[in-house]
Parts: sequence; structure tokens; C-alpha cells
Amino acid sequence: MKNFTYQRAETAESAINLIGQNAGAKFLGGGTNLVDLMRENIEQPDALVDVTRLSKEISETENGGIRIGAAVKNTTLANNEIVREKFPVLSQAILFGASGQIRNMATVGGNILQRTRCYYFYDDAAKCNKREPNSGCDAIGGFNRIHAILGTSESCIATHPSDMCVALTALDAKVLVEGADGKREIAFNDFHKLPENTPNIETNLKDDELITAIEIPKNDFAKNSLYRKVRDRASYAFALVSVAAVLEVENDAVKNVRIALGGVAHKPWRATEAENFLSGKEASEENYRKAAEAELKDAKGFGHNDFKIELAKRTIVSVLNELAGGKNQ
Amino acid sequence: MSVMQKIMETVVHYMPDKAPDPLIGEKHGYVGKSLSRVDGQLKVQGKATFTAEFKFDDLAYAALVYSTINKGKITKIDATEAEKSAGFIAIITHENAPKMKAPKTYTPGSGDSSAAASELKVFQDASVNWNGQPIAVVVAETQDQAEAAALKVRVEYEEDEAEVSFEKLKPEAVQPPNIMGEPAEVNIGDAEDKLENAEFKVDNIYRTPRYNHNAIEPHSTIAVWDEAEENLTIFDATQFVYGVRDTLAGMFSMKGEQVRVLAPFVGGGFGGKGTMWDNTVLCAAAAKIVKRPVKLALSREGIFRIIGGRTVSEQRVALGTDKSGKFTSLIHTGITQTTPHNNFPEQFTFPARHLYAAENFHLEQKIVNLDTVANTFMRAPGESIGTFALESAIDELSYELNIDPIELRKTNEPEKDPTKDTEFSHRAVVEAFKRGAEKFGWKRQEPRSQRDGKWLIGQGVAMAYYPYYRMPASARVRISADGNAVVQAATHEMGMGTATVQLQHAAERLGLSIEKVVFEYGDSDLPQSALAGGSNQTVSNVAAVTAAAEKLLEEFLAIAGDDYDSPLAGLKYDDVEMRDGGIFSKEDASKGETYESILKRVKQDYVEAEADAASPMEMMKYSMQSFGAQFCEVRVNEESGEVRISRWLGSFDCGKILNPKTAVSQFRGGIIMGIGMALTEETLFDDRTGRIMNPSLAEYHVPVNLDIPKIEVIYNDIPDEHAPLGAHGIGEIGITGAAAAIANAVYNASGKRIRELPITLDKLL
Repeated sequence: MKNFTYQRAETAESAINLIGQNAGAKFLGGGTNLVDLMRENIEQPDALVDVTRLSKEISETENGGIRIGAAVKNTTLANNEIVREKFPVLSQAILFGASGQIRNMATVGGNILQRTRCYYFYDDAAKCNKREPNSGCDAIGGFNRIHAILGTSESCIATHPSDMCVALTALDAKVLVEGADGKREIAFNDFHKLPENTPNIETNLKDDELITAIEIPKNDFAKNSLYRKVRDRASYAFALVSVAAVLEVENDAVKNVRIALGGVAHKPWRATEAENFLSGKEASEENYRKAAEAELKDAKGFGHNDFKIELAKRTIVSVLNELAGGKNQ
Repeated sequence: MSVMQKIMETVVHYMPDKAPDPLIGEKHGYVGKSLSRVDGQLKVQGKATFTAEFKFDDLAYAALVYSTINKGKITKIDATEAEKSAGFIAIITHENAPKMKAPKTYTPGSGDSSAAASELKVFQDASVNWNGQPIAVVVAETQDQAEAAALKVRVEYEEDEAEVSFEKLKPEAVQPPNIMGEPAEVNIGDAEDKLENAEFKVDNIYRTPRYNHNAIEPHSTIAVWDEAEENLTIFDATQFVYGVRDTLAGMFSMKGEQVRVLAPFVGGGFGGKGTMWDNTVLCAAAAKIVKRPVKLALSREGIFRIIGGRTVSEQRVALGTDKSGKFTSLIHTGITQTTPHNNFPEQFTFPARHLYAAENFHLEQKIVNLDTVANTFMRAPGESIGTFALESAIDELSYELNIDPIELRKTNEPEKDPTKDTEFSHRAVVEAFKRGAEKFGWKRQEPRSQRDGKWLIGQGVAMAYYPYYRMPASARVRISADGNAVVQAATHEMGMGTATVQLQHAAERLGLSIEKVVFEYGDSDLPQSALAGGSNQTVSNVAAVTAAAEKLLEEFLAIAGDDYDSPLAGLKYDDVEMRDGGIFSKEDASKGETYESILKRVKQDYVEAEADAASPMEMMKYSMQSFGAQFCEVRVNEESGEVRISRWLGSFDCGKILNPKTAVSQFRGGIIMGIGMALTEETLFDDRTGRIMNPSLAEYHVPVNLDIPKIEVIYNDIPDEHAPLGAHGIGEIGITGAAAAIANAVYNASGKRIRELPITLDKLL
């Protein structure tokens, strides 16, 4: 690991000031991903600005949503009563991720900014456009069983590994950020980027911007929501495919539906094609399947990960079936 | 087999058996009792000192630089930046390493205990032989500084063409000269022809991937030279202190006695610490250069880069039967991978040599050599992957015949060893299946006939198999005037329970209460023992301690004297036994004397005896193996293909069980490793670059707690009277048959036969 300086920020303003003073600085949350990457020599910041002292608050907003401070620990968020009652999919997604110890350390802000688990990204002897722009991509033609099937580019087929973010995407969350130029909000679905030809740029966050909170808008139907994670072992593995879905059925027709996929793209994948197809249609397995087909119609496998296309479809159908049956556990 | 070996076996065949060990029938002693492990308290309190934890005032820390090419030459090593790094002490490369001879690889029976994993010279030239080979050692004042400096070393290479693709070289596979002294090919009759004409048959290819070692304790070494650089002390996480001693002595042109190797506790070995790898000698070389004690503890990635694992395999199993299900043909052939610098084909055809009666056999192994790190032993090497193929095939055949797979195995139960034509010393595998089937509630159902919602349920069964090995070993026993005993052997405790079981045995053998006995091990200054491998250690040590105790008894009788004042007067060796803290007449319970009394009477501080175990003639005379029946129930998610194991029962036939508590733990550990092998573990070896792409516990998936069901273990506990204490080693058998039982259950649940491990969900979609 390279030597670095460490500073702790007590306010968002001081955090932004500190980061502005050093081009090689990074914000540090729970460190459960960043410190790993530093040990692996993939991340080499000169300075860390610890932001875990910033907002740890989970509060209801005036218009019935909730605001989650960026320094809230994953465990705290998963166990929050409002979340468990109104947005169970979020609680489930978090609890399916990592391990108890890691969730106790990891922050919400850090979770959003975690980086891919692509084997070739982690090995500095391999070619990786994300780690070293324009060096090539060894995952294409290599081991790509865990890689993306949607929104890939010739530069990169890596996935975003977060579970929590998949649920937040389905819940139409917003990311609240603050930088030297002031505050702004970014819709969750616009926060992470597809790789295109700059896979090294993973989000629309500017260099000096800090995630201060997440807001989930009011939503009366998210009570009926579910997160399903398909993985290689029963615990402590990243999703091969995951589905976060929210479903409201009225008179046998789909009234409201939100679907997001994990493990399939460079970002948490909001399944708008599937949602559009289903909206107002009969809530039937046949329609779920058609919706899944529509969402995955442009999916592309790279050999080892071809199975994800069918797996994603099946998982969408399975989750919607279960939600339509009224069971959310 | 050599001519000499053949002659020996013939001679041994006509030799009378040794009388069975009298302790076999003993019901009230320590042997056979569930004692908690003697090192348990130390371990849970963190007081057991493992290799990397030994402290030295002047300790320096080492980190490795690994090659990023497969094959070629190092043309330049630029350490300019590394040298400027904080705490930097030295860099050791092929340019400045001490002169070291080529290591000798492990060759049992060669009379040399050298046990290197590879015969490649270490740091003596610029050649690179595999991707990940250590090419420089950076020594610094702290571990972090060493690692930071190592990152700054710049290396340039001249690359050569390398062979790293198993698939590409398969057509050129050749037979190795031998497989652990056995022929690479066994033919009896004409198996292909009989297969052709069989009433029922199966003929399929099975594949297993590479697997890597992931013991909880990474490989670590601390090397300390004395001032004159004449003597070397090595703390090493090893399964073979004598092996490390003799390998290092050979490389540094020293006498064995000049090297002392200590391994008081080892955090798991599984074969990965059985041979000596480059890290150990590099630590010693670094310590020599910097003239300070040096610690070299591998990172998890380092283990993947420089410690070999289990070879990839492609195996064909073909079985043909007559109408009744009797095997007319048994074919088990295949290919594994070794390297140009080691010789370890993995004996995957060995189970088929001993398990089933068949009229015709064709068993053959071939190898391809690739430019990789040397492959090595991993828990039940050969038997684990071999039983996957063979026991899957038998299950497949049972469906062809439409009979219960246990019944099919019973139909083909041999009376004598089918390929060696020798008697079995002990074989009660039918009993193990029977007891297991009862306890598990075995009943084969139609494939795809059981379900719980989305989960398809199925049961599978397979045979577990592991040979009996006993190796030459010696031990020393001393009993002091205070009545306490010290038993010593250079053996190993890697978590299996060796220290506990050896203590149980020694106390009972010497007739002492267990509190009065200390067992010392893990130090090459103690009497030589074998490596902890091949599940041999328990019986090898027991035989050595037995021999030492017998000699001790003779010494005691000699000093006790035959005078009228001796309570032992008139008693000869055969008349007495060691019990109740001394030597007593077998006939007259009141006649005898305690060790304490004898020593005080003759005014002697102690009596000590050292002896070698009797040669393992039993292995030559008999076909000796352990067996088991693995039963499991799996659930296969019909939508996602996920496999979860819901029930497990292992029923074993491994001679007398010496300590049920530690034994069951060993069986369970083996089964868990088998579950990993079957479902989750796989080394991702990129055959474009020869590089392992998942060198971490995040992406190399060992099973987690949630993957493991409650595992029930039962055992026959029938002693093998030809083995010391009637016991067989049990460290490895638990993993065997496990993957086949799972594959068989997956088929029973889903109707899909998976012949390639690991059984990941994509194969079941």
C-alpha cells in the first residue's frame, strides 16, 4: 500500500474544502471497498478525507419520503423501521450483501461508489480500460462469467456490484450531492454511467463533489416489494443476477411496477422497457415473461456469461409472480 | 512396480502376521474416548503461537515480487525507487542471492527426506518458468514497508513461448513413468471389447477444474541464522519439519543437523504445506543476506501465485455389466496436468484399482506438462477427483439397470483386491452403507419426483475411499523419577487432533494417567517422523511410540534387576505389562512396581528409549483401505439453478476410531471441503496468460456457513487387526465421494447429470 495522509471532516463543507486542496485525495467511508483496493494497489490516493462523521440521520421528509444521511451504516439502514415497513426491498437488498461485519462498517455513500469486482480490474498485470484508460479489456475473451450483458461497450463489460443500489434505483431515489459549486440532486438512474469508451469515469459525480444523502420519494405501493439475489454460494458472493421489484396490482392489472436489475450492467439497471410493457396490462406470468423478453432483447453475452440473459428473465418473472401473489418475503 | 518391490511383496505375503496390538481390545483406556483437544484452550485464547507470531528483536520483514509473464528471462530489475522507499533494507534477486543448489523433490522411499515441490533452482538464474513465480524479495523494517517497496520494483523481461493450455496439449498427453511407484496403466483382460458387448453400459467424460489451497493460515516462515552462519533455525508453517530441514540443508550445502525447523502449530495444511515451496528458502536466503532474522508471510494472493494446487483433470469412466449388474468391464482413464519441473500426476485411477470386482479392467493415466507453478497434493489427491468420476458413473449405471445404487455396489463387492489379487486387511464397506442407509432413511426415488415449491429435491449416495498408509517414523519416550513421561516425535499438529490422540495413546501405552504425560512435536530436533500427509501420521506415530515404549520397558526391566528385593523379580518381558503407573505382572495383579518406585530404588533420574517403528509390512501383505458411504440431499432451484445441500450423512469404515470428537471433526471438515469442490470452488486459470484471475477469498469461493447443512457422521468402529491400534488415518477420506454424492443427488432432484465440476447454477439452467 502507498503512504497517504488521513484527515477527518466534521462537516460537509470542511470535507469539500479538504478534498479540493489535494487532487489525489479521496473521501473515505467505511473503507470496506476503498481500503481493499488500496491494499491491492488499484487505488493509490495520496490523501483520505474521512466523512463517516457526517450525517448519520434517517428522517422522514415533509412530502412523505425519507432522507438517509450518506454516513449511515448499511446495517442501520437495513434495520430501520420505516425502511422495513415502507421499502422492504431496500432492507432485503442490503442484508443480501456482504457480511454482517462489512455491513456494520460500510456507509451508504461508500456503497454507492463501490467499484467493480471484475477480475481483470483487480489484477494490475491485466489489461483494463477502467484501471488504465486505453490499455484494453482482458475480460472480453477471458473469464467473463460475472460480467455484464446490458449496456456494455468494446471498452468494458464490468458490472456494478452493489445490491443496495439496485433497490434504490427501483425506488426512484435521488442522490444529494454538495460541491464547491453548491448543492444538487441527481436521479439515481442517472448517477452511474454506462462504460462507453470511458469506463474509468463511473458516475456523474464531479471530482470535488460529496454525496451527502439519499432521498427516497413517497411511495405507497413499495410495501409490496422484493429483492432476489442469485449467486454462487448461499452468502458472501456478489450477484450473478439480482432483481429489485415493486408491484401494485389492481383488478388483476398492473397499476404500478418498478423493476431494477443487478449484476447485469455497469450500473444498477432500471428495467424501463419491462415496466412500460407491463403498465396497465394484465398481471400474468405470460406478461411478466414478455416484459422480461422486452427488457433483455438487446442483451449480449460474452461466452461465459451467456446464461445471465435467461437467468435475468427467469428471475424477473419469478419475482413478479411472487409479488403478485401478495407475498413480499 | 520395480522387481525388488515385487520380490518383497511376495516374501511379505508368506510372512506370518504380527500379533494384533493388545490395546485394540481395551475398552476402558484413553484410546477411543472423546477427549477435547489438548491445544483447544490455547487456540481459542489466542495463546497458541503460530509461525508468523514468533517475536525477535531484530526481525526484518520480507515481501515478494512475482513475475507477470509465463516464461522467459528477466532482462532487468530496477530497484531504484524501491531502494528509496521508507524502511528499505535490501532486495534479493537472482543477481545477488546466495548460491543454492537445486532442491530435491519429495520422493518417498528414496532415503532422503528432501521434499521440495519443484526441482527448479531458486534465484540462481534469470529464467521465469510460470506466471506468478517469485523473482525478487524485498526486505524492510516493517511488513507494510516491505510491501510498499516491493511495488516499486520494475522488472523487464524477454518473453518465450509458453505452454499453458491444457485443452491444446491434451492430444499430446503421455503416461508418466509411474504414479507414486505404481504403474500408470493397468490392464486385466480386454475391457474395451467387453464394454462393447455389455448388456448395460455407461461411457462418459468427467471434468474437474483446478483448485487452490486456502488453509486459514497463510504460508509463513521466520529464518534465523547464527552469527557464524553455520546453523539455521526456521519457523515454518509446514506439514513436514524434516522435509524442510533436509531440503534446506541440501540447498545450502549444510548437514541436516545444522538446520532446525519448528512448527509447533500449523493453521491447516491439506497438502499445501506438505512440500517445501520457494517462500521458505527465500526467507532463509534473505536472512543470510541481511544478517538479521527475517519473516516472510505470504499474502493470500501470494499463496495462489507460488503454492500449487490440485490439477485440472479430464477423466473417462466406462462401465459394462452383464444382466445381473456384475461388472464385466471397468475403464477409468484420463489426463491431468503437471509441469516440466515436478512429477505429481494425481492418482485418480487408484480407487478403481481396489473398489470393485470386475472381470476386465483398463485403467490408465496420462499427463500434460504446462508452464505453471508445480501442482501438488490437496486433501485426498487423486481419490477425491477419481471418486467423483467413478462414483458418478456407477450412479448413472444404476439408472440404466434400474436398481438401487447401493445394491449395484454390493453386487460388485470384491472378495480380494481386484487388481492386486491380495487379501483385504479389513473391509466392511457394505456394513457402512447399510448403517448409513438406515440412519439417513435412504430410498431412491424417481428423478425429478420430489419438490418443495420451486425447489426440486433429490438424494444421492457415493462411496468414499482412501488407502491406508503407514510411513517410517521414530519416537522417544522418557519416564522420570517423579513418574511423569515425555513423549517426543517430529510430527505435526495442523488442527487434526494429533497432539490429543498421540497423548491418549502414549498414556495408555505407558500405563500412565494422561496428566502425567507430555507429548512434544513440531520440531526437527526431535526423533524423525513422516510428513503429515496421506492420512498416515496417526498410525505412523502410534507404531513409533509403541516401539519406543517396548524398548523403554526392556530398559526398565534391566535396571529394576532380578534381585530378591525387586518386586519384579522373576518377571520377564513377556510376563509384564505397563499399567497403573508402572510395570506389573500380567498374571498376578498385585505383583509389580511403579516407575517412580523403580527409579527411586535404583537412584536414577529417568529412563529413556528411542526407537523406530517396525516396517509397515502390513501394507505389502494386504490391500489396506478405508471406506465410507456419503449420503446427501440437495435442493435445486428450478428457476435459478441454485443448488443447496439440505442434509448430509457420512458413514465411515476406518478401523478403530481413536477419539470420536476429533475424528468426527475431521470427517466433517473433509465433507465440507468436498462440498466446496463440488459446488463453489474453482481456480480461474486464464490460459491466454497462464495467470490465476481469482487469487482471493472474495472470488475463489470456498463454502460459507450457510452452504453447509448439519452433517451427521457415523462409523463402524471395527478395528483392523493388522494396523497399529486397529486404526486407519481419517484426515482425507471425508472429501472423497462427496462431490459424486452431490452430483448424484442433483441428478435425482433435477434430472440433469452434471459431469463437470463445480456444479454451478449456469449448468442447471
